[in-house]
Amino acid sequence: MAQNGTSVSIQDLSLSFGAISVLHTLNLDVAEGEFIVLLGPSGCGKSTLLNCIAGLLDISEGRIFIKGKNVTWEEPKDRGIGMVFQSYALYPQMTVERNLSFGLRVAGLPKEEIDKRIARAAEILQIEPLLQRKPSALSGGQRQRVAIGRALVRDVDVFLFDEPLSNLDAKLRAELRVEIKLLHRKLQNTMIYVTHDQIEAMTLADRIAVMKGGVIQQLDAPQTIYNRPVNRFVAGFLGSPAMNFIDGRLEKVGSDWQFAFEDVRIPLATYAFEKEPTPGPAVFGMRPEHVAFNSGAGWPFTATANVEVVEPMGSDTLVWLKLGKQNFTVRVTSERTPNNTDTVSIGFDPMRASLFDAQTGNRL
Amino acid sequence: MTAGQITAIQPVQEAQDQAGVGPIGPKPRRISAGRIGLYAFLVVAALFFLIPVYIMIVTSLKGMPEIRLGHLFNLPSEPTFQPWADAWLHACTGRDCNGLSPGFYNSVKITLPSVVISIICASINGYALTFWPYKGANLLFGLLVFGAFVPYQVVIYPLIIGLSSVGLFASLPGIIIVHTIFGMPILTLLFRNFYAAIPVELFKAARVDGAGFWRIFLHIMLPMSVPITVVAVILQVTGIWNDFLFGIVFAGRPNWPMTVQLNNIVNTTTGVREYNVNMAATILTAAVPLIIYFVSGRWFVRGIAAGAVKG
Repeated sequence: MAQNGTSVSIQDLSLSFGAISVLHTLNLDVAEGEFIVLLGPSGCGKSTLLNCIAGLLDISEGRIFIKGKNVTWEEPKDRGIGMVFQSYALYPQMTVERNLSFGLRVAGLPKEEIDKRIARAAEILQIEPLLQRKPSALSGGQRQRVAIGRALVRDVDVFLFDEPLSNLDAKLRAELRVEIKLLHRKLQNTMIYVTHDQIEAMTLADRIAVMKGGVIQQLDAPQTIYNRPVNRFVAGFLGSPAMNFIDGRLEKVGSDWQFAFEDVRIPLATYAFEKEPTPGPAVFGMRPEHVAFNSGAGWPFTATANVEVVEPMGSDTLVWLKLGKQNFTVRVTSERTPNNTDTVSIGFDPMRASLFDAQTGNRL
Repeated sequence: MTAGQITAIQPVQEAQDQAGVGPIGPKPRRISAGRIGLYAFLVVAALFFLIPVYIMIVTSLKGMPEIRLGHLFNLPSEPTFQPWADAWLHACTGRDCNGLSPGFYNSVKITLPSVVISIICASINGYALTFWPYKGANLLFGLLVFGAFVPYQVVIYPLIIGLSSVGLFASLPGIIIVHTIFGMPILTLLFRNFYAAIPVELFKAARVDGAGFWRIFLHIMLPMSVPITVVAVILQVTGIWNDFLFGIVFAGRPNWPMTVQLNNIVNTTTGVREYNVNMAATILTAAVPLIIYFVSGRWFVRGIAAGAVKG
């Protein structure tokens, strides 16, 4: 079934624990060398899916192919995968070197081969000086590097990461994030990476699979997911600060569509509808950074709004406004920070908006 | 706290600090009357419980004439170790006058294999129950824990019938089997809870590395189990060494452990009651668990606490 160039293929995978269904007929094809991020809130099934791919959980239905081989019933070690865990999961009684070589010793590889592979992994990850230490003598970042090394030495086709950076502090997380990206560029392996951190997802992924309730909501390139979310959940989950949502109605005026709430009318001439819409209740979504400030004319939509709170964040400033009776956040550069009680004029192009069906939450 | 509140408080504090009246440096420790009373009570209570030990030791070092004087608390006027030697080598149980030493070796022969076998079984049990859950694993665990609450006396007769039907009643293997069985509930509970505190990701990582049931157990779990194993050893050694009931029922006369032999020495009704020898014999019998407690008390506490510490 798996075509050429497909590294991991998941077909109609379902998993349920007793009456509780965790994953529902899930399909996912990961290309050779691709970096896929499974993103979602806790409990959405992303780690469960990863464990299924690794073979650590028995699935209820469906099939899993890795490198064109049906591995549905295979043991984890026979699947050609390496896995990195959130808690590092280093064997506490073994030195770093023994940790790295454990899997190879289990597989019965000759000593020279083991040494060669460890040397290579240690060089790539720059952990050579740590080889004789016990995990307890390492810092969090070093531990996670060793954990990555353990996957590296096994010379596998697919790397599985289960929230590998969540236990690290913010600074280290940013550093290791870059290192993982560099590692991917160097190795060109297929990587499947689970996280709830949207920044990790946006920065690392070739494609992001946003998951909720055991279902992949959207599988696309980060920019597409960010700019054209398929439903309200995806739109709200990605982006910090979150997208502005306004409840209102979709109306047709002449041949043009407009979005109406309270006494505000937003013209939608520039908005690209998925398909011809019907008038009715809808949700208007706009990212805070797509709104311009003090802009005057030149925008399809302009309005005045009252400033409620100003949050300076250094590089830019978040301004909380009241647009009519609706809360509305705008992100502006620091130089344009208004005062707390100002009335300001804002403008945006509805081309960058996202419209959702009020009932289904799907993109219109 | 808003900016307004801060400015309201600061002047007061500054005034105090300048006058030197505000609290500064470490908080002074005060010894209250209640504290003193508490410690006094604890010391008295400790001394009270040590009185029997004191009497045992001084009595065991006295000769019989001195004991007959009846000065229970006096230190021995002519200390002698003869009662200790008698207790070990010559004290009589019925017609045998070999002292306690055969009982000591019997106890060693019973305790060592029982401790080793029961801990091996229990650690494998705990490991399997934690990391390889199978259908009915929880039910089995529940039954095991329930077993910890079954009174021994209830199962003695069925056990006698069972063991004698396979020819193991009143034999060394018989008593070892009995001790292993009765150690299983509490030890399995101990090991299961210990392993349940180990992050399951460690187990998953080992599986991805290709290790199977035994390799994960022997190479990863067992090296981490030292603290809990020490606890199990202490529990089992003291429990089995102190056991009287199973020893007298299941070991058979040639294998009677030290506790049974001590009882026979102390309860021998013929001749003079040699209190000094009895005291010495009792201390000798209690010595092994005592030494274990003193040597490994630190480990014991550490093992109990190990469940709460994440590695």
